Amino acid sequence: MKKASILMIIGSALLLGLFIFPLWNIRLGAPQYPDPLGINIHINGLQGESEFDIQNIDGLNHYIGMKTLPKPDDMWEFSVFPKVVLSMVVIGILIGSLGFFGKISSIWFLLWFVVMGILGALGVYDFNLWLVDYGTDLNPNAILKLVNPDGSPMKYNPPLIGHKKLLNFDAFSYPRLGGIFLGIGMLLSLTGYFIGRKTTVNSN
Amino acid sequence: MKTLIKINSLLIAFLTLITISCNQGGGESSNGALSSNIAEKVYVAPGERDAQYAFLSGGYSGNLTVYGLPSGRMFKEIPVFSQFPTSGYGYSEETKPMLNTSFGFIPWDDLHHPDISQTNGELDGRWIFANGNNTPRIARISLSTFETEEIIEVPNSAGNHSSSFITENTEYVVAGTRFSVPVPQRDMPIKEYKSNFKGALTFIAVEPEHGHLDIKFQLLMPGFNYDLSHPGRGKSHGWFFFSTYNTEESNTLLEVNASQNDKDFIAAVNWKKIEEYVNNGGGTKMPTNYAHNVYDESTHTATSTMKKEVLTVNPSEIPGAIYFLPTPKSPHGCDVDPSGQYIIGAGKLSADITVHSFDKMIAAIEAENFDGDAYGIPIIKYEDVVAGTVQSGGLGPLHTEFDGRGNAYTTFFISSEVVKWKLGTWEVVDRQPTFYSVGHLMIPGGNSRKPHGKYLVAMNKITKDRYLPTGPEMEHSAQIYDISGEKMQLLYDFPTHGEPHYAAGCDADLIMNNSKKIYRIDENMHPYAIKSPAEGKVVREGNEVHIYMSTIRSHFTPDNIEGIKVGDKVYFHITNHEQDFDVPHGFSMIGQGTSEILVMPGQTKTSLWEPKKVGVWPFYCTDFCSALHQEMQGYIRVSPANSNIELSWSLDE
Repeated sequence: MKKASILMIIGSALLLGLFIFPLWNIRLGAPQYPDPLGINIHINGLQGESEFDIQNIDGLNHYIGMKTLPKPDDMWEFSVFPKVVLSMVVIGILIGSLGFFGKISSIWFLLWFVVMGILGALGVYDFNLWLVDYGTDLNPNAILKLVNPDGSPMKYNPPLIGHKKLLNFDAFSYPRLGGIFLGIGMLLSLTGYFIGRKTTVNSN
Repeated sequence: MKTLIKINSLLIAFLTLITISCNQGGGESSNGALSSNIAEKVYVAPGERDAQYAFLSGGYSGNLTVYGLPSGRMFKEIPVFSQFPTSGYGYSEETKPMLNTSFGFIPWDDLHHPDISQTNGELDGRWIFANGNNTPRIARISLSTFETEEIIEVPNSAGNHSSSFITENTEYVVAGTRFSVPVPQRDMPIKEYKSNFKGALTFIAVEPEHGHLDIKFQLLMPGFNYDLSHPGRGKSHGWFFFSTYNTEESNTLLEVNASQNDKDFIAAVNWKKIEEYVNNGGGTKMPTNYAHNVYDESTHTATSTMKKEVLTVNPSEIPGAIYFLPTPKSPHGCDVDPSGQYIIGAGKLSADITVHSFDKMIAAIEAENFDGDAYGIPIIKYEDVVAGTVQSGGLGPLHTEFDGRGNAYTTFFISSEVVKWKLGTWEVVDRQPTFYSVGHLMIPGGNSRKPHGKYLVAMNKITKDRYLPTGPEMEHSAQIYDISGEKMQLLYDFPTHGEPHYAAGCDADLIMNNSKKIYRIDENMHPYAIKSPAEGKVVREGNEVHIYMSTIRSHFTPDNIEGIKVGDKVYFHITNHEQDFDVPHGFSMIGQGTSEILVMPGQTKTSLWEPKKVGVWPFYCTDFCSALHQEMQGYIRVSPANSNIELSWSLDE
């Protein structure tokens, strides 16, 4: 159980990486952008991969009538997400410590994992809503108004994950180090649960 | 001593040789350069980059051109001493002061000898210096922005030719006069040249952090022609060597009268000794007048200051600082090998190359073994200083560069070839024809302690049939040779812009990573810059109108302006708000008596327009900046001089 609890503590502490490293990244490459433009999505706001990338993406997007990329104050998510993550870290470490001293069973680790998973899924759902809104809610006076072969207006939302062709741009959307820390942290908590259960069963 | 008859027969021999080499040339090139392994050596595939930079003097274009080696592709033309409509250099209000001189605004010069800054005798890639030959000036060009940052006029000089070579820690950039003149200038008979005219050798200190130039002292030498120069390095650091001709001090028909002495001199100048002398209060301050022009990257603006005094040193004041080394046949090139031991004097009217030894020179000075003096400057005996002569078999040696592997490469103008020979043994190991009549040559780093010796670029004076014909006037031609093997191998021909007099080059790594991509708008200190389009405005001060305008893809702010009157002086101060690599915007106004300007991201430039006709006049962006470039335009309403229309400006109203 001690080993399981240590995994739980490390696992939840890994979420702190989200305060340093970006959760996600969207990168836009095109022939005339041999150095691609990139947006790093942190839990508290967006940052250009290079200093002026946000400004330059906004500059390109104005042709097709997209809104400018949100500043931290423009979206409630950027103030709520850090609080949620920090709470989960504190709770996770608390659960882990209590497990370490034998006060609670590893079922709490599973519970933490499930809650984190639900929060994560809600986050992804919310992220996708934003992507779709950002890519489809276009200024009617846009300079370029492009339509699909069937006559419907073209949508410019980048993929949730993976690659998508947006006009001349190749958009790539993948987790970054913060997101990877989150994933590993959650896996560790789940592993903690299984090890904890096994040792509890054995000792019983 | 030569006679006129001998000269004539020599000239006939030259002409014959030129003709022969022309004929040989055509045949050999078509055999050699077509074989596929040679093509691979110069082929830089699309998207790949060259291994080295080459900066070629543009001669009478007044500019410096940037090439890649081995491809021979031109990347940029950097305006230095000439107005340049492509960028607006010398036309924009900010850059006009760069071309100011004591003669007023001089829109042109003859750019000769680029030299890259050095630290400990090795290229450091910070700046490149170049000389204006006609109205004597020295320029410093940044190798992070590739823009001319500073130009200093050289007083008391004329034909600023033995320039702009630097010492091995970039302590000085040195400018020697080719034409001696009265110092100070005065109204006097030309025939009284002899012993009255002076040749000024100017040592311009380079401030180590920013590279700012300041004349430390001028050495007022006898009235010879100071042709070329190079610094000592390694053991000879602290000395500078200048070739001379016209030690006859003739003032007319120099092609004959300055070719009478069998030997002219290489002047060896111990600048460290003179520096110490002036640091201790030596020298004489002479009233004069010269311009010092500095471009400030943060204000994007140049200022010109007139300086009124220069410190002069007479050689007689400081014995033991200057010596003459007799060198045959009107030496032209004066080159120093990477070790600093050998000083090569290329007697341009000779078949042989004379090599002096620095150690022998020091020994002769210590032994005080002199062959008389010229104007009080001791002449070292030829036998006491010469290390050897290269029996080249060619004719008309001009310039020598080095590969760092113990070999020297000398160009021969008359016999139109590059000759490779060994330092120390003086034996010729290879020779390759050039097409045609080569002047300078350049091995990247070949004028430093550590040459980057893979390629050699020969810069030819005569092009003739090398390319598709373009009428009587055509570009000059350069050739790239692979010098990594025992034999030189001709790889490629490429045309050059203007007339290249010398070049400098280095490995790409030394420069490419410092090359700026944009100017930061938040660091723009231009007094007329606006930091956001919302600050766009128009201000009238009497008949001067200042338009604070911004550009971003793809519109001007403001783009409709009324209230301008005939007779106004309208200044467009344009700030480019882009912060993306390679997105300049241009500006031009109909009927404007100047060039367009090209404004780089984050930069502010000013264009002057003096409207002469009533009407509504358009302006537009001259650089295809985006898919909406054609829409990037605006209108200005010009009313009669006595009109009461108020100033107004707008965008999208």
